[in-house]
Amino acid sequence: MADQFNIRKTLWVSLWLAWLLFAALLSVWLVSTWGMTWRSAIALAVPLSALAQGVAWSARYSCRSNPIGRTGLSQLFFTHIASAVVLSFLWVIVGRILARWLDSGLGWSGTALQFSRLQLQLFGLGFGYYLLAVAFHYALYAQEASRQAQERALESSVRARDAELSALKAQINPHFLYNSLNSISALTSIDPARAREMCILLADFLRMTLGLGEKALIPLQEELDLLDRYCAIERVRFGERMNVEQNIQEAAKSCLLPPLLLQPLFENAVVHGIAQMAEGGSIRLTVGQMDGRLALVVENSWDPEAVSARKKNGVGLKNVQRRLEARYGKEAFLEATTEENLFRVRLSLPAETQGAQ
Amino acid sequence: MSIDLRKWKALIVDDEELARKILREMLSTHPEIKVVAECANGMEAVKAAAEFAPDLLFLDVQMPKLTGFDVLELVDATKLAVIFVTAYDQYAMKAFDVHALDYLLKPFSRDRFESALTRAKQQKPEARTEPAALAAAARPAGQYLERIVVKDGTKVTLIPALKLDYAEALDDYVSLVSEGKKHLKQQTISGLEMALDPALFVRIHRSYLVNLERVVRIEPYAKDSKVAILTSGVKLPVSRAGFARLKKLLDDRS
Repeated sequence: MADQFNIRKTLWVSLWLAWLLFAALLSVWLVSTWGMTWRSAIALAVPLSALAQGVAWSARYSCRSNPIGRTGLSQLFFTHIASAVVLSFLWVIVGRILARWLDSGLGWSGTALQFSRLQLQLFGLGFGYYLLAVAFHYALYAQEASRQAQERALESSVRARDAELSALKAQINPHFLYNSLNSISALTSIDPARAREMCILLADFLRMTLGLGEKALIPLQEELDLLDRYCAIERVRFGERMNVEQNIQEAAKSCLLPPLLLQPLFENAVVHGIAQMAEGGSIRLTVGQMDGRLALVVENSWDPEAVSARKKNGVGLKNVQRRLEARYGKEAFLEATTEENLFRVRLSLPAETQGAQ
Repeated sequence: MSIDLRKWKALIVDDEELARKILREMLSTHPEIKVVAECANGMEAVKAAAEFAPDLLFLDVQMPKLTGFDVLELVDATKLAVIFVTAYDQYAMKAFDVHALDYLLKPFSRDRFESALTRAKQQKPEARTEPAALAAAARPAGQYLERIVVKDGTKVTLIPALKLDYAEALDDYVSLVSEGKKHLKQQTISGLEMALDPALFVRIHRSYLVNLERVVRIEPYAKDSKVAILTSGVKLPVSRAGFARLKKLLDDRS
């Protein structure tokens, strides 16, 4: 809407300017080339210029009803040339009547005679000016169309990204849920208290996952709380096989980052690392803040010979990478490396805190 | 198989302790079934199966090192009834459906457990599926075997598909040659051929399946016959049909 208004305003201003400039130039031409008196020249030029601007403006409607891509070339040509001829002719007629009136009505003798000598050139001028106006309107339309196309493209890409993000946020691995429920099912008879504890952990995890998904950025501490629940649940399943170490700089805990960035990495570490190792392994999270950057490293033991290790790992990582890109562009990066029995994902992003966003 | 005259021996295989416990708990109301061992991974399962010769196997699908399907290939599947247990694996579930096998989805109810047990007891040995075919059905379309599991006595060897030089058919067995060693496996060469990536492995002869990466050149041998020479220097016969397949594959590649 605002853009529409701006275009209108620009058009009006240019219309007024064109009127004055056209009138001035026309007057000078009438005086210098045709020897008219300044009085007659101005009296003719000002209304004729106004009329010319009006007609030039009206070319807009003719252009609109004959859009350039969708109208045949011959029709386009014929319509505008015919309009130019007819309108210029009428324009000259008006000038002629005006000149006569100046001559006989106001007694500015000689004006009508001088006018009759230049009316053919004036017709040419009107003709050219009209075609110029047509070209101008088409250019304006083309510019606006490309701007709108750009806007639409941008809008749709933003919408696609939003959809992807919300889908990601809602993503809870069904495998994780079923296995957790199976653990609860087993615990109900073996250890009812632990079964209840597990129910609560699972409920907390679900609540936090769904809640965090709605936010754009969260403090690292909240993601760590979520990871605590996640690891506690998985430890019920894997017992001694799963070992988690954390080394987190105190100052980094208030840094902001997109939610559920680390959780998928931990899930990868469990599914493709720990779960594939008969004797178990560890996950280590290291977070540090330095020089305005937040560095996060997730390492896990893995078995390079395990079947599932490579392929599926890619999906979770790619999602995290895409979300980082969506939020930070080139300001963030993700790097995954393997080293014998270690799988390492390094994230680096700008360190933002609540106050200085 | 006489069910009522003696106790059934059951083996529980799952990498999660709680998952094993719930199976044991549900089996505790069945005095006719004795749990002979619990195994936390596929290797242990293969060993325990050889040691205890169980009649019934509760087998988790997703486990470290060897999957449930691998285990099934390595135990004598004709002598036991298998109940697969899985949390969620669309491909495995599809494979079970295709082969009309019963399975338990975690978490499962007592009723569901009982009906699976009843069906397993009634399973006729001859109606049981070929493990390799089941494993093939559980692979997503377009994915091929990444490693071959072989049992030499009690030792289990994993041969990555890329490290397999060639396979030779020997009656009911295939001899797999990898890194200078031969491994025997009870499988048909056609079954193996179907499981491996056809862009990499080609059947050059009725009895030979070769890794294309290992072929150095093809030489004429006698009238109408050729030999393939591998990087290791081994010469393998190439039949006329085999040569056509080889040629087509190489043409497709270039």
